[in-house]
Amino acid sequence: MLDVAIRTRLGDFVVDAAFTAPTPGVTALFGPSGAGKTSIVRALAGLMRPVQGHIRIGDAVFFDSRLGIDVPAERRRVGYVFQDARLFPHLSVADNLRYGLHRAPGDDRPIRFDAVVSLLGIDALLARRPYALSGGEKQRVAIGRALLSQPRLLLMDEPLASLDAARKAEVLPYIERLRDELSLAVVYVSHAHDEVERLARTLVVVDGGRVVAAGPIGELTGRLDVKGISDRTDAASAIDATVLAHDDARRLTRLGFDGGELVVGRFDLAAGSHVRILIPAREVILATRRPEEISVQNVLPGTVDGVRLGNGTALVRVRIGGVNLLSRVTRDTVERLRLTSGATVFALVKAAAIERPTASPD
Amino acid sequence: MTDLLAPAEWDALRISLIVALYSVVFSLPLAIAVAWVLARGRFWGRGALDALVHIPLVLPPVVVGYVLLILFGVRGPLGSFLDKTFGVRLVFTTAGAALATAVMAFPLMVRAIRLSLDAIDRGFDEAARTLGAGSFDRFRTVTLPLMLPGVLSGGIVAFAASLGEFGAVITFASNIPGETQTLPLAIYSAIQTPGGDAAAARLATLSFVLALAGLILSEILARKVRRMTGH
Repeated sequence: MLDVAIRTRLGDFVVDAAFTAPTPGVTALFGPSGAGKTSIVRALAGLMRPVQGHIRIGDAVFFDSRLGIDVPAERRRVGYVFQDARLFPHLSVADNLRYGLHRAPGDDRPIRFDAVVSLLGIDALLARRPYALSGGEKQRVAIGRALLSQPRLLLMDEPLASLDAARKAEVLPYIERLRDELSLAVVYVSHAHDEVERLARTLVVVDGGRVVAAGPIGELTGRLDVKGISDRTDAASAIDATVLAHDDARRLTRLGFDGGELVVGRFDLAAGSHVRILIPAREVILATRRPEEISVQNVLPGTVDGVRLGNGTALVRVRIGGVNLLSRVTRDTVERLRLTSGATVFALVKAAAIERPTASPD
Repeated sequence: MTDLLAPAEWDALRISLIVALYSVVFSLPLAIAVAWVLARGRFWGRGALDALVHIPLVLPPVVVGYVLLILFGVRGPLGSFLDKTFGVRLVFTTAGAALATAVMAFPLMVRAIRLSLDAIDRGFDEAARTLGAGSFDRFRTVTLPLMLPGVLSGGIVAFAASLGEFGAVITFASNIPGETQTLPLAIYSAIQTPGGDAAAARLATLSFVLALAGLILSEILARKVRRMTGH
């Protein structure tokens, strides 16, 4: 478990953040620019010393102001993937990758050079110098270099922020692979919700130097009161599901989740795989009676669990079995259908509106 | 080939090269250390050190030679210590000429190295820390290779300045043929000697060729280093 509670002051900005997160697994630090996310990861790495608090991972204590412990960055074994890669310009890609590897304890190097090179698809780049790499390639090499230092904790500080959409799409699958193939504790900083919802198991929402919400991602995306998440116009529910069966004739895939079944467009993941799907709240239609002869594939019975009124629209949380599904409707609809807590509703979700499932982070 | 110059003129060339080489080789490590301390250090007296290093740049060279004479003369505090403990005398020797040129060229070297140090992104140092490198390890494997262009240009500038140093050398080490008489001193002597015009012209041409060769060499080296450091 990662256990963080730090307090520090940077000029006028006060960071006072505390959260715990299960390890291994990806924990996302999510929040707007200037929220203090980078300060928190710099403290985790030992590049910034908090005034007080503690940082522990498993039974290792990195920092504890009361016990007077402050392990220097070079002895923490925390891999850090910087936003700007920071590859050593005077070394080849291969020598960059080996920099941390050679400095890791000789008897504790479970992450192999060849495995990382093939995981990140950087075989062809090994002899090159950093200046001869594209942005996406640089970032993949930087990830490899951090992994090979055999980290107890891998920090990724907006590793995709400086890349364009195409390069982002190139690197993201590699991050998913390392999450799935190496059992690592990862803290992933981002202000892009699509990355976070795709990668993370635990979500820590940061704003103004404080942690405003923290918990399993499915729980947080189902809440109505999290700043930066539920007030987004593109709020979405992340739901973890299992592939039940593929229907090749109708080009559909059936998914089971804790609350029923969903039909989505056919995709290539074997039956039994765990997947995460994102359902945008504005794509969820609510009905008080079960509609018939309608194009919508998914009609899910549930109960209204909470309503948050916004400017013109409202966010309605529907409890379906064990999961929360958000629906964005007009305020008028809330009054017309009398959507109050406890009301029975049917949530209508078009198969085509569900974003392509990705492998589940759990 | 040996007929091109008189034996005394060959001596002047040889001594110039030896003096410049010694002065650069021995002061370079110290210059790197001082540049690093001035660029990265945060300590009381940093401004004073900065001023001390730069003083030879603004003082008349004769004054620098005079101060060295007082300090390193046989009866000077440092000179008598060196003489008694190691039997080393610097005044009127080739080593003394090297010391005088080194002091004069030192600020140029420190400035060039410090400029390249300031240009290094501190992020590389942080990256090396997170990869498990301690402070000396980081200096050796990251900072030093990245500041190599500055070390190189500092060394070349200092070498060139050492070849041309006149005032401090003649004051501290005197103008002894075959011992401390470098090219500029030999040219000066030739001009002072009746009928020495031809010798002066030959030596001046030699200085010119030397300077040109130095420029070409430094350009070649700089390119090599740029490739090595990936710029």
